[in-house]
Amino acid sequence: MPVVAKKLEMQHLAWRAGFGETLPVISGWEKRRRKEMVHKVLTGPKHAAFESVDVINATDLPDYKRAKDMTEEQRKTVREMNTQGIKDLNVAWMNMMQKSEHPLREKMSLFWHGHFACRTQNVLFNQQLIGVIRENALGNFGDLLTAVSKSPAMLQFLNNQQNRKQHPNENFAREVMELFTMGRGHYAEADIKEAARAFTGWGFDADGQFVFREKQHDDGVKNIFGKSGRYNGDDVLKLLLEQQQTATYITTKIFRYFVDDNPDDTLIQSLSGKFYQSGYDIKTLMREIFMADWFYDSKYIGNRIKSPVELLVGIRRTIPMAFEQEETMLVFQRILGQVLFYPPNVAGWPGGRNWIDSSSLMFRMRVPQVILYSQVLNVRPKELTPEMGDGGNYKMTLQINDFLKKQFAKKVNARINWEPYLQGFSDIPRENLADAIAGALLQQPGNVRKNLLEKYADTSSREGYIKTVTIDVMSTPEYQLC
Amino acid sequence: MYILNRRRFLQVGSLASATLLMPKFLKAFETGALVPPGNKVLVIVQLSGGNDGLNTIIPYRNDIYYRSRPALGIRREAALSLNDDLGIHPALQGLKALYDDGAMGILNNVGYPNPDRSHFRSMDIWHSASQSAEIWNDGWVGRYLDAQCNGCDKPTQALEIDDTLSLALKGEHNKGLALTDPGRLSNTSNDRFFKELLQQHVVEDEHHNVEYLYKTMGETISSATYIQQQFKTYQSKESYPATELGRNMRIIANLIMSDINTKVYYVSHGSFDTHVNQQDQQARLFKQLSDALTVFTGDLKKNNRFQDVMVMTFSEFGRRVSQNASGGTDHGTANNMFLIGGDLKRQGVLNEGPDLMNLKDGDLQYKVDFKSVYATLLDKWLGADDKMILKADYAKLDFI
Repeated sequence: MPVVAKKLEMQHLAWRAGFGETLPVISGWEKRRRKEMVHKVLTGPKHAAFESVDVINATDLPDYKRAKDMTEEQRKTVREMNTQGIKDLNVAWMNMMQKSEHPLREKMSLFWHGHFACRTQNVLFNQQLIGVIRENALGNFGDLLTAVSKSPAMLQFLNNQQNRKQHPNENFAREVMELFTMGRGHYAEADIKEAARAFTGWGFDADGQFVFREKQHDDGVKNIFGKSGRYNGDDVLKLLLEQQQTATYITTKIFRYFVDDNPDDTLIQSLSGKFYQSGYDIKTLMREIFMADWFYDSKYIGNRIKSPVELLVGIRRTIPMAFEQEETMLVFQRILGQVLFYPPNVAGWPGGRNWIDSSSLMFRMRVPQVILYSQVLNVRPKELTPEMGDGGNYKMTLQINDFLKKQFAKKVNARINWEPYLQGFSDIPRENLADAIAGALLQQPGNVRKNLLEKYADTSSREGYIKTVTIDVMSTPEYQLC
Repeated sequence: MYILNRRRFLQVGSLASATLLMPKFLKAFETGALVPPGNKVLVIVQLSGGNDGLNTIIPYRNDIYYRSRPALGIRREAALSLNDDLGIHPALQGLKALYDDGAMGILNNVGYPNPDRSHFRSMDIWHSASQSAEIWNDGWVGRYLDAQCNGCDKPTQALEIDDTLSLALKGEHNKGLALTDPGRLSNTSNDRFFKELLQQHVVEDEHHNVEYLYKTMGETISSATYIQQQFKTYQSKESYPATELGRNMRIIANLIMSDINTKVYYVSHGSFDTHVNQQDQQARLFKQLSDALTVFTGDLKKNNRFQDVMVMTFSEFGRRVSQNASGGTDHGTANNMFLIGGDLKRQGVLNEGPDLMNLKDGDLQYKVDFKSVYATLLDKWLGADDKMILKADYAKLDFI
């Protein structure tokens, strides 16, 4: 296995377990042992309390129990609060990714956000779901699975509110097996039917609290995976966790997300075995991966296509910035194909090469220029369509589309704080600057030639030089990878 | 503060007219017409948002229709007559004329088993041509590109007139190209810095994704140059409507007449999501559709290309049979499709109108699987292997 330099190793860790770190941070990591750094990445800063990304209190919104009696004016207010709330939530989470001292939590949450893909236009439901995902992102998978499965957002999205003893609705049971735990082809249709019976009665009330409606629950005996009992929903989740296949399925997905698009069967087998034995401890699995020598094999380094959110957050983490209108981030996300809280379907974002087509690639390479030179976006994203199928959220979606349209012709005004970034290169002699910048920003710095960077650089001042070289390096195909 | 160095920015962002890059396929294009005369072209018009098919092709002899839509139903006198049972929406005058000319086929009750009423899921199903319980990450036109263009040097076989690319045009190995303005696409991709990056890139072996990105970038830049060259060769003299669709249809016409190698064009029109106040919105969008297609087909006829073009319209679903309380309609199922061209084997109303007697939960039941329409177009129009592309054998229809 080709050995890579320690600096590249640490940059690799910083990118895969987060959104990249700046040169001074990496220089600090370089001096420490891998074990120490992996531990730090996994646990985050000492004594740091969990920070939520909440944007609204339940009491801020009108009483949903009264929804039927609301006037048109009140309904409009609720819709607007939801629209704005979801935008705020998106922005708040993006900002958290940018500034977090525990980026693995956010990275892992972004993974689970795609794994437990869900769409709801209720801001409180969204906020609650992302809350339980972020809290459990590095905890126990069983706890995470249970919390997500009992969230009103997911119960609503997968129609379990309509799952009743007399008329079972199988949607929830099917997706829990197909997408959340075992993956397609590892269970029978009969298992889904029986599991759906067990989930009857799971629902939520007008306050957005999980409720078990005993009268709607089918209390009879169910046969699932060759066992039988008077199972309820919790029992089904337990049965699913008992299946080794669940560990294999989750590990494969994690491998594809954190290591490589092409899963290595031998590695997955060993990793998932340990994951299963640990009782689904996510931190244990991630430690296995980040500590392994194979993780730092040069074939994995710089070969992963960043998701749009990773790309945007990565730029912002490297060069701290705030936007005049933070909601601009939604437009970037929309054009690049990943809007937080709007996964394309129940299976989430496919990832990998699916992020890339001619237009998205050319736009990705323009992003640093658009932001850092304050250009006009000039790209009109495709419209969003309302999701829930009942027309109730029609106007809200129109509002979002309207907002996206207005943004398109505007300049992207960011307040960029270059200072800490420039400071990071203060010790580096002029002749080594281009290589140092490329080396800090790219996982395969050798591909972009110094003479090309020199040619397009502003050579009138050191500061201008660093800035222009940085923007150009960020505009390369290599920067799309980590 | 924002603009750190205007001069440098202009330098990096400036456009070079010289073709620094001359990939081998462009050299091939230089040697003469690569596209055989009479290149068959498919133009897909997506009516986004779920167009109400019942108010598009109107069953004006049906009492159930008027009972279900006391306010929204289109009166028999207002609808433009197609035959004894069916009329077409009054704003679709241009399409009615195409129908009278024998240049339009209307397919009713098109849908798929176990319909999904969510916009995004149903649109995915139409784009990917999957079954409703399956999730595929590639589209049917994209897989057509995979089948036809793998290893071929012409990555401009499918173009979407838009800023971002739809799932329909994404294949596993090949993808269509999205552009709103052939000039602007070229501007971005002519960026000198990008071109030089491409030139300095040495193919290496280990990191397959680096190669994939450079390949995509290289194809985009060379395609952009090619499209711009072709685009300049023909400028329509017709006056297209000053609407977004009118502008987009003009670009398509220019490209078709330029003998570019493009086989499939894709364009969206909408939104038809008419939960409230349907009448005005649908009529406005229909007029835009009708006017744009009238000029477009006229343009093709004058240039003797109408027989080489097939226009297909679709929407992710139709609306419910009954109107709702807000002067609109909610999400439904089966719907109609238009097929427009100068070389239709069968024209007019191609099958029975909607069967309002046999609804399922208040929705129309589909009679024709949309994948049969795709199969027909792939096999009989584009000469491609429909079974491989659609991963199943769907019955072919006889409009081609």
